[in-house]
Amino acid sequence: MGLQVLAVDDSRTIRDMLKMALTQAGFEARFAEDGVHGLEVLSGTMPDAIITDINMPRLDGFGFIEAVRAQADYRATPILVLTTESAPELKAKARAAGATGWIVKPFDPEKLVRALHTVAGPGAT
Amino acid sequence: MSDPMAEIRASFFIECEELLEALQDGLTAMDGGDDDAETINICFRAVHSMKGGAGAFGLEQLVRFAHRYETVMDEVRAGRLSPDRDAMMLFFRAADVLSDIVRASRDGTEVDQSETEAVLTQLESLAGGALDEEEEEEVTDFQPMTLSFDLDSPPAPTEDTPWTIRFTPHKALFASGNEPQHLLRALSALGEAETVCEQDRIPTLDALDPEDALLSWTITLDSTKSESEIREVFDFVDGICDLEVSGGGGGGGGFALPALDDIPSTIDDGAPAEEAPAPNIAASPPRITLSAPTDETMASDSAAPAPSSAAAPATAPATPTPATPTPVTPTPDAAPAKVETSKPAKPSGQAGGQATASQSKATVRVDLDRIDRLVNLVGELVINQAMLSQSVQEADIPSNSPVSQGLEEFMQLTRDIQDSVMMIRAQPVKSLFQRMSRIVREASAAVNKRTRLVTEGEATEVDKTVIERLADPLTHMIRNAVDHGLESSADRVAAGKSEEGTVTLTAVHRSGRVVIEVSDDGGGINRPKVREIAESKGLIAEGISLSDSEIDNLLFLPGFSTAKEVSDLSGRGVGMDVVRSAIQELGGRISITSEPGVGTCFSISLPLTLAVLDGMVVRSGGETMVVPLGSIVETLSLQDNEIRSVGPGANVLHIRNSFVPLLDLAVALGFREPLESYDGSVVLLITQEDGTRSALVVDSIEEQRQVVIKGLQESYGHVPGIAAATILGDGQVALILDPVDLMSTVAGKKPGAGPSLELAG
Amino acid sequence: MTERSIKDNEIGELELLSFKVGEQEYSVDIMLVREIRGWTRATPLPHSEQYVRGVINLRGAVLPIIDLACRLGLGATQTTERNVIIVVQIHDQSIGLLVDAVSDIISIPRNELQTPPEIATDASNSFVQALTVVEGRMLRVIDLDAVYPTREGHAA
Repeated sequence: MGLQVLAVDDSRTIRDMLKMALTQAGFEARFAEDGVHGLEVLSGTMPDAIITDINMPRLDGFGFIEAVRAQADYRATPILVLTTESAPELKAKARAAGATGWIVKPFDPEKLVRALHTVAGPGAT
Repeated sequence: MSDPMAEIRASFFIECEELLEALQDGLTAMDGGDDDAETINICFRAVHSMKGGAGAFGLEQLVRFAHRYETVMDEVRAGRLSPDRDAMMLFFRAADVLSDIVRASRDGTEVDQSETEAVLTQLESLAGGALDEEEEEEVTDFQPMTLSFDLDSPPAPTEDTPWTIRFTPHKALFASGNEPQHLLRALSALGEAETVCEQDRIPTLDALDPEDALLSWTITLDSTKSESEIREVFDFVDGICDLEVSGGGGGGGGFALPALDDIPSTIDDGAPAEEAPAPNIAASPPRITLSAPTDETMASDSAAPAPSSAAAPATAPATPTPATPTPVTPTPDAAPAKVETSKPAKPSGQAGGQATASQSKATVRVDLDRIDRLVNLVGELVINQAMLSQSVQEADIPSNSPVSQGLEEFMQLTRDIQDSVMMIRAQPVKSLFQRMSRIVREASAAVNKRTRLVTEGEATEVDKTVIERLADPLTHMIRNAVDHGLESSADRVAAGKSEEGTVTLTAVHRSGRVVIEVSDDGGGINRPKVREIAESKGLIAEGISLSDSEIDNLLFLPGFSTAKEVSDLSGRGVGMDVVRSAIQELGGRISITSEPGVGTCFSISLPLTLAVLDGMVVRSGGETMVVPLGSIVETLSLQDNEIRSVGPGANVLHIRNSFVPLLDLAVALGFREPLESYDGSVVLLITQEDGTRSALVVDSIEEQRQVVIKGLQESYGHVPGIAAATILGDGQVALILDPVDLMSTVAGKKPGAGPSLELAG
Repeated sequence: MTERSIKDNEIGELELLSFKVGEQEYSVDIMLVREIRGWTRATPLPHSEQYVRGVINLRGAVLPIIDLACRLGLGATQTTERNVIIVVQIHDQSIGLLVDAVSDIISIPRNELQTPPEIATDASNSFVQALTVVEGRMLRVIDLDAVYPTREGHAA
């Protein structure tokens, strides 16, 4: 019923918090630890939305988004960027990379869920 | 299950420790000349991740410090700041403060504000203009919000003046993955909404760009929300759509009117709507139909004739369902995902192979108590197995019987289990060494010396308990090395040395023990001075003849301190004697070597584990005892003619043209008087860390076996010459000898006579 | 600790385990007694105080044994199979008290406990925490902290 979400963040703490927020909202969440791992986990799946951190080892959030958008299957998959800054440049950069929206860390679980619904709708039936 | 947030919080602090370690590693690499972009990136990310997590738990001090630290790192990362030596020193200091703040946040204690502020100020001046107030405030920004519209939003409308929102997506809106349908749905969640779709810009099919944005919507929203709340819905599409919000305050629905000129349309039918603005991607779910099947109200509304009373017949009553953001009850499918350690089904082309390789190993965090319980149980198992073996032996069961063979396998399994359990407790000494680098920095700063810490063998694994209990003695030794070991910069230069002193910390596994050495390249022990102090303090008799090594060992005497005046560092009432007893409590030994002008080296030798030991079971004076196998070089049977007396009660063993001090174990322990004849007794040749040998007389050797170490320390206290106790197969307690401590105990009684033998040389 | 456990439990009766040491009768708060077991040979500890008889194996733990008679200045116990070890808890550790025999469990009202008179002439008095009279006999309550000071002279 809930959305299927892929969350990519190198911080275990943030992953834990995302997991809590997402599962409490009835979403089905999968996790990856960095951009490269994110692409692996994404492969073969069709999540309703993707959440990604920016600063990550191996492949950062911008690179990850570009790599996701480069695949035809995920051209329109909503992607939310997790960022500690809400500076307009960062948003612009995120959007330029192909992000759909952004969540400022630390996030409020309710707002996260609302933002996910805003970009991905109410969820599959 | 406890509070999930509390668990995440605990896990956050564990992660912080890992990040601090990564930061320390990165800084050390940078300090060593590594200018790889990824190295500074690692440092940046470590600080950044701590900040991110800290925000979630409202740890403002941590957020604030990490933020400024991170900003400076970002300057380095961007190449705007080059990390010179001073900057690196500041980074190290900042890492220290950061770790203090982390621990204080964890434990609910306070940190040294003056140091924190001092480092913050220095970071700020290093960052120059990179830190401005705007950023400072961003840090505490807890929510995503639009930046520009908040200030001038009009007051919330009264209930009877609806908002009118006109929303025209640009092509880029679709490219960003946004979806008008979802936005409109989110908007409708704010109140009663009526939505009109304008399709006038849709060209004929042949001229249609399927990816272009050709629709506009006008929404009449009856809501008590403020304009900023309404605009917040469109935050993600700010700049990639035209958005006009009006009304609320009484501006009227003027914007809705143009829509009436157009062909009215409910949005759920009509192929054009379906095709036109949607990014035409096969895999994407049905996108633009506002009549998404979830909205049953709407489906029925559009099926029914349009209400004639409506001002605009074209206006479809659009989705009053306010349901969207409501949390959904988890279904079994949506139960907590366990994805973290799972491998992706199919690695994607570009990254697959190497990605899996560099994946960190899956780990489990276990409460140490549980491991300890397991260690104890395995210890009991070992004792039990020994008892069983003894019974089988006593029952004269042939060795080729199934019982004996089964027992053999049982013993092997027991040993394997024991080894595996011990491995669980083993940890690399790295974390301990990292803590020492901080001690070196602080110690050097306090005495105004330039010091470099070199560490070797960080991966060497030692029992976790040993590591924890080594921290204090090692800290003291490191301080000593900086404070007393190294000369002042001026003296170093005068001696033709580099101004910067080096303290080297090494760990290595050597014959079943771990050896940790703290060495400096200082001036070496000033032996005349040491001697003078010991004499003046009455620790030794004046004029007594002492070897260099004996003089060096005076440092371990209680109450000895070489500092002329109590310095900032070492004069804390802790002497090397305390260090030595701390090491002894761990079943370890400490020795010292020094060369004038070249430096001093303290060497600690420790058992790998505090739980088991390979021992030789011996009989002496009617008692059964265990001698650690590692300390025995050789066993011989003794003839009286090999013994030479070198004084009253002092004997040496003549062996292969050298003389080795000889000690009767039972006499040394006070179990009996010396024997008339030692013919047929057994001699254990024992070697010490510094290579000197001595001979221990016992009555007989029983067997060699692994014994489980049972501390005496906790229940009784330190017994000179005794390392610990164990329980043998017959259920009796046997003492485990510490031969080196025994020798030095006996040697310590030098002037006195007693039954003990004098240690010559 | 011993003292506290007596005082803490203000209500009701105090239960004491009484035992014989030499020809005298002593007792200990039964709440501090973990178990009673028969004498078994102890492994002697070198260079220890005379009253430390050594250590025994108590189900895998190494338990120090105090010869209570010796500790109280009544001379070392000549052990036979009839001797008994009372395992007691002092602070966080267990020790065994070697005594001649266990006599009884006695309940007495707490307010009948008296502090021993200051005029302690005999050495054994310094190990007595309280006195009481039971059926005309004087019963001494042992001060375990004094009998076995914790390491580093905590109670010394």
